[in-house]
Amino acid sequence: MKLAELQKKLIAAARLQAPDERVPYAFEKRITALIAARAKADRWVFWARGLWRAAAPCVAVAVVFGAVALFQPATPDNGNDLSQDFANTLLASAELPDNSSTP
Amino acid sequence: MMERSEAELIAAVLKGDAASFEPLVAKYSPRVFATARRYARRESEIEDIAQEVWLKAFDKLKSFRGEAPFEHWLMRMAVRTCYDFLRGHQRNRISSFSEISEPEEDWLERFVAEPGNAAEDADAAKMLINRVLEKLSPEARLVIQLLEIEDRSVKEIAKLTGWSVPLVKVRAFRARSEMRKILLRITQNKYL
Repeated sequence: MKLAELQKKLIAAARLQAPDERVPYAFEKRITALIAARAKADRWVFWARGLWRAAAPCVAVAVVFGAVALFQPATPDNGNDLSQDFANTLLASAELPDNSSTP
Repeated sequence: MMERSEAELIAAVLKGDAASFEPLVAKYSPRVFATARRYARRESEIEDIAQEVWLKAFDKLKSFRGEAPFEHWLMRMAVRTCYDFLRGHQRNRISSFSEISEPEEDWLERFVAEPGNAAEDADAAKMLINRVLEKLSPEARLVIQLLEIEDRSVKEIAKLTGWSVPLVKVRAFRARSEMRKILLRITQNKYL
């Protein structure tokens, strides 16, 4: 069989097929709506991207401060405990001698 | 209201008026759909291709410099999107030829007996060429479609596809031999 001839014949058959230009109803409206929806979504993407970008520096700052707090050399304790001071101040009035009953 | 020119519509879209894109879509969609129908069969796939072409066109409109007609720029995008579609659906083309229909077989038999009697406008011939095209690799299919069926020049194909002229020539040579191999497989199965 002559393959070249068969090839030519089939190519000719393909050429005879008229291209179908049908477009679905309101296709252009659908495209415009898609573009508008994407623009709305893009705004959210913009914010999300910004927040994600900000997250890394925030974590870095937290890590740095955490490390500083953890590895800071302990300040010499002069015997004053903050919680003890707080309790003393709060209960100071309760420990005062009651002078009202004495003449 | 007076109809706005294409350049005015494009300028308006670039300024942020997305609604001005609609007349362009309405005007050129028939061409985009016709192109998509050459490479895809299912209507849902054709619509997906057309949609992708238009979304790409909207996103890349800034790159349109107005030196060539908008239609040419759009068709380049359409052809490249179709090529991407073919590459994405490569697996579908690997199948046997056992599913050749009866009318196709009859047409081939007629061709074997008397090549002149097998009319190229017969539905069976059209079915057969569509089947052969589906079996081709994406590159070969694109080249055969543009070069042989649409009768475009090598230079035009290079512009449409973004390939160099020598690459188009090499791919055209390979495409023809790929097509012959497929035809040989069909005819070997049936007539040798």
